[in-house]
Amino acid sequence: MKTTDKFGRPLVAVTGMGVVTSLGQGKKDNWEALTSGRSGIHAITRFPVDHLATKISGMVDFLEESDKGASRLTYALADLAASEALAESGLPATNFAGPLFLAAPPVEIDWHHRLSLYARSDKGGDWRSLIEAARKLRDSELFDETQFATIADRLADKYGTRGLPITLSTACASGATAIQLGTEAIRRGECDRALAIGADGSATAEALIRFSLLSALTTQNDPPEKASKPFSKDRSGFVLAEGSGALVLESLESALARGADVLGIMRGCGEKADDFHRTRSKPDGSPAIAAVRAALDDAGMSTDEIEYINAHGTSTQENEKMEHLSLSTVFGERISAIPISSNKSMIGHTLSAAGAIEAVFSFMTMREGVIPPTINYEVPDPAIELDVVPNIKRAADVAAVLSNSFGFGGQNACLVMAREAG
Amino acid sequence: MNPNDVVITGIGIVSSLGLGVEEHWNALADPKPVLDGERFAPYVVHPLPEIDWSTQIPKRGDQRQMETWQRLGTYTAGLALADAGMKEDEALCASMDMVVAAGGGERDIDVDQGILDASLTRNDHDVLLNEKLTTELRPTLFLAQLSNLLAGNISIVHKVTGSSRTFMGEEGAGVSAVETAAARIRSGQSSHLLVGAAFQTEHPDMLLAYELAGFLQRGDWSSVWARHEQDGGGVITGSGAAFLVLESREHAQKRGREAYAAIGPVVSGRASREDAALETGLRTMVETLGDAPTLALSGASGAHSVTALERRLLEERDNLAVRGFSSLTGHLKEAQFPFAVALAAMAIHKQAAYPAFDPDREKSTDAAPSTILATAIGYNCFEGMGLVVKA
Repeated sequence: MKTTDKFGRPLVAVTGMGVVTSLGQGKKDNWEALTSGRSGIHAITRFPVDHLATKISGMVDFLEESDKGASRLTYALADLAASEALAESGLPATNFAGPLFLAAPPVEIDWHHRLSLYARSDKGGDWRSLIEAARKLRDSELFDETQFATIADRLADKYGTRGLPITLSTACASGATAIQLGTEAIRRGECDRALAIGADGSATAEALIRFSLLSALTTQNDPPEKASKPFSKDRSGFVLAEGSGALVLESLESALARGADVLGIMRGCGEKADDFHRTRSKPDGSPAIAAVRAALDDAGMSTDEIEYINAHGTSTQENEKMEHLSLSTVFGERISAIPISSNKSMIGHTLSAAGAIEAVFSFMTMREGVIPPTINYEVPDPAIELDVVPNIKRAADVAAVLSNSFGFGGQNACLVMAREAG
Repeated sequence: MNPNDVVITGIGIVSSLGLGVEEHWNALADPKPVLDGERFAPYVVHPLPEIDWSTQIPKRGDQRQMETWQRLGTYTAGLALADAGMKEDEALCASMDMVVAAGGGERDIDVDQGILDASLTRNDHDVLLNEKLTTELRPTLFLAQLSNLLAGNISIVHKVTGSSRTFMGEEGAGVSAVETAAARIRSGQSSHLLVGAAFQTEHPDMLLAYELAGFLQRGDWSSVWARHEQDGGGVITGSGAAFLVLESREHAQKRGREAYAAIGPVVSGRASREDAALETGLRTMVETLGDAPTLALSGASGAHSVTALERRLLEERDNLAVRGFSSLTGHLKEAQFPFAVALAAMAIHKQAAYPAFDPDREKSTDAAPSTILATAIGYNCFEGMGLVVKA
């Protein structure tokens, strides 16, 4: 079998995948829920919702770490997904020996910890009290919580990844960027394998409020499972969510040599930054268009070869308008014939994890021959004529998928994945 | 000579010592620290110099959307682009890749203190948070805090839009950013690229993050090599930034640009600070990079054991003069490694070594360096080194 692509670069296989979302832990539970059209969006119970306009989320509430702060939960989510991915890959669980690329949310001291630190201080009414209390307390857990390197450092310890791990943020495109960095490292010949993880357990009250203040979240709280309705005319904002996705990326040559199961091929990655606005896309959609084209070019594939699109589909007015504009520009009239669905209709927007989780689901779509639906599609938007696989899964033979990820700060990253090496 | 060699054609640096290459070169000819010992007493910091933001961020609206950290990074990125002759070259900026190393931005001190004070008189803290945060947070402050929005602002202000990636993780993020950027150019994945970081220490949370583990020195300033445990953890911080324009040799030649220097091999690691692993790791790195360097621009943080170890290892080399720039700039966290590389590239270009930054503890040298070692050994974790050589 040919193990290089048409540009002579090593083909990058996926040999292990793991996932956690509000729908459950592991690929099996997630896939069952996703293909049954079940929503994981539920009422917030982690903190009181007094004064909040949004009272629902796709938080992961079933882990022991779920109420232990963003840092610990993000680690736990990354750990669970990585562990599932590594087990599937058949690679040694504690000696991965390839680099780690972790997409994770920026860290801060949890408010509960800040408050408890202040309670133990001289309460002098300014920041000096907090710093003085911190210095006396010397709580290493609290320190670690403020260090951006901590989560990746611990994962690197546990899984024996090689070298200095990279923690990255490209906002809501982070998960896709982690995969892109791993793919590029393998193509450069720096390694035979890379572990790409997107994890986000940062749905704190403050995070929710911050997104609310930017009018990004839906306030249609009742019933929660109906709140996320990508591509519907009455979509009204995204649902904040948590989760993780992990992929073992491996040169096809190395995967075949050790007799690993090849779950799919990471064919191409593309990105293009937007210089228009901090939260809005350039009205002509040119950066998203360029990102999609860059991914197809990088894959050496034409639009005709894409048989399913895993949408960014956040359920905001702005996103779907722009996503439709960019896709119809790139794909032309054929776009209305390509099934496109949004996993976020069921799991919400998992922020830093989204690109990785949705890549896992994209590969499962190809392997299982089933496209998960876009649920809550009851009021079609006449301005967006797409086959969104409304409400019910669809059996389909899918050989290649495009997955989009767009984020604040003008981040646009797209992945092209294929079932076979081609 | 290879067409994909990584050359540095633009440098933007800002620290308490000044703005840009020439001000730094001149300040470092007669090195004296610029300090502020009052605002954050008992902690001394190296503050930002006065900056007219509008020279690099012309729109007031853009300035208002950022806090100081993002302004500093965006400003310094502008210096680098201008230095490389790329500023306002739409085609070059639109195809330029970008890797930024970043922490987080500044929180609203007044809102936070208001919550802390109110927490003393009631027990329903979670409700208090909701109440205060929903009414008192400025909506756009979130964007000024997001790590990737430094890169986002650089895209908006300077139109750098080829690609945009933000690495997080203190000094290690700065190492990875330069290492990845260089690897991209060497392999032909990028032709030209903007890489760098900014750190704004003049905010209580930035000091708090160090002091949660007791890393900061209290009281008076001293050179990075002369800090004592009775004064605290040894780190004195500074505000500053460093951005580099990197190009393939071929790309720079085609547009007729002279390079400051070239980036040689960059190595990185994550050795444990708890045992002998760091010494072994650093030794291996130094050996891997070879005997050629005659000057080291050390990003040593001042954290006691790590700094002492780095100094000991580097001083084992008789022909190597070490310059600990944190003595003069303060610890710049994510910007530490890009800053080291920038200072190294300047010395290669000027064909002159820096005078000792600490004449009692650094040996003098008159030899014009042709290979310089740049280091950033994390105060808490992660480490990297690289060579900067003649272009």
